[in-house]
Amino acid sequence: MATDTHIAEHEVQDTGSAWSGGQEPFKASYGKLMMWYFLVSDAFTFAGFLIAYGSLRFSMPTWPVPDFVFSTFPGGFHHMPLIFVTVMTFILILSSVTMVRAVQEGHRENKRGVVKWMALTIVGGLMFLGCQAWEWTTLIAGEHTTILTNPFGTHIEAGTYMEGDGHDIKEGDTFDAGAPYLIHQVDGEFKQLQYKTEAGEVKQQAFGPKAFGALFFFITGFHGFHVFSGVLFLLIIMINVASGLYVKRKNGYEMVEKIGLYWHFVDLVWVFVFLVFYLL
Amino acid sequence: MGLSYEESKKLVFKGMILLGVVTIVEVLIALMGNGHLIDGFTMPKWLMYPMMIGLSLYKAYFIVYEFMHMKYEVRALALSVLMPTLLLVWGVIAFFQEGSSWGARRAQILEKDAKPASEISIPAENTNETKDTLIIE
Repeated sequence: MATDTHIAEHEVQDTGSAWSGGQEPFKASYGKLMMWYFLVSDAFTFAGFLIAYGSLRFSMPTWPVPDFVFSTFPGGFHHMPLIFVTVMTFILILSSVTMVRAVQEGHRENKRGVVKWMALTIVGGLMFLGCQAWEWTTLIAGEHTTILTNPFGTHIEAGTYMEGDGHDIKEGDTFDAGAPYLIHQVDGEFKQLQYKTEAGEVKQQAFGPKAFGALFFFITGFHGFHVFSGVLFLLIIMINVASGLYVKRKNGYEMVEKIGLYWHFVDLVWVFVFLVFYLL
Repeated sequence: MGLSYEESKKLVFKGMILLGVVTIVEVLIALMGNGHLIDGFTMPKWLMYPMMIGLSLYKAYFIVYEFMHMKYEVRALALSVLMPTLLLVWGVIAFFQEGSSWGARRAQILEKDAKPASEISIPAENTNETKDTLIIE
């Protein structure tokens, strides 16, 4: 026990009062405790963004309909609402599961097991990032959503289209209030279709709430950045594990446990991003 | 950790199934409620939203308590992490209230925006009493 290689666990001497120091009232090391508190602060950052999203959404008469906006699937598929983001969610859940396994193998001081499960976790993280890259590409390059432009609108009254867009909308199609639409580009210019309201008034499709693009790209981007930095840290710690660094510490691979906490937190945030952006 | 290696391995597998199933149920509620699965069948938002929010909170609880091992930590540690997040409840109430209020006053704001600043005068009865009725709408 009393060797200089023993770093993380302190020799605790009971000197009576907890205030005289030398005790761990939380039975957790400094590093692990501080990881928890970092995650609390990070949770507040994300909560701030999500609350801003909610407030702005509540302040608008309409909002882009999620199962209309997120309905594409790789391979040129359309009209598959929420399927792709569900796949993304599964990938993140699976990578969380492999992370738990890595921590468990760490407790058993099983180096090979830790490396194996961490490698799988990294693969999961990279797959998630790949999916997000695809999703962003579709929105930006395919549907021309940007931080300041939101072509996803919602009708506030019923009417009949006076022209088609060559995609889903044909001349003479009727729609009800609440029907979502995407304004397509023709030769690099947005073409807002004209329609006739039931009262006979001629109007054209309006753009959706401007705040949508900035909120979506910033919040999912901030989450994606967490995934990306998580992958980097997982990689560094996996290399350390493989090099045998943590064997010397004899603390059940606590470093793996700490990065595990961070990784699960990334999954936790996704639960709420998934809820507010895609489900509600 | 209180559990044997074999037991915790089983728990991880159970957790994976649980999170997967809850996610599928959430997506099914969203798709069915919005009329994508059964023709002509939709669910009202007041029914869908609480179910989806409840299931998401359950997933969050499961991730924190099982995967992040909060269940096995000292109670004081758990409280020091979880109690501060309760402040967010007020954040949600306050800001969503404010957001809905902007939404309810949209017409009023647009009308004011259309006029030059010098012409804007706020009638006395419009400042206090009508404010409350607007928020409720």
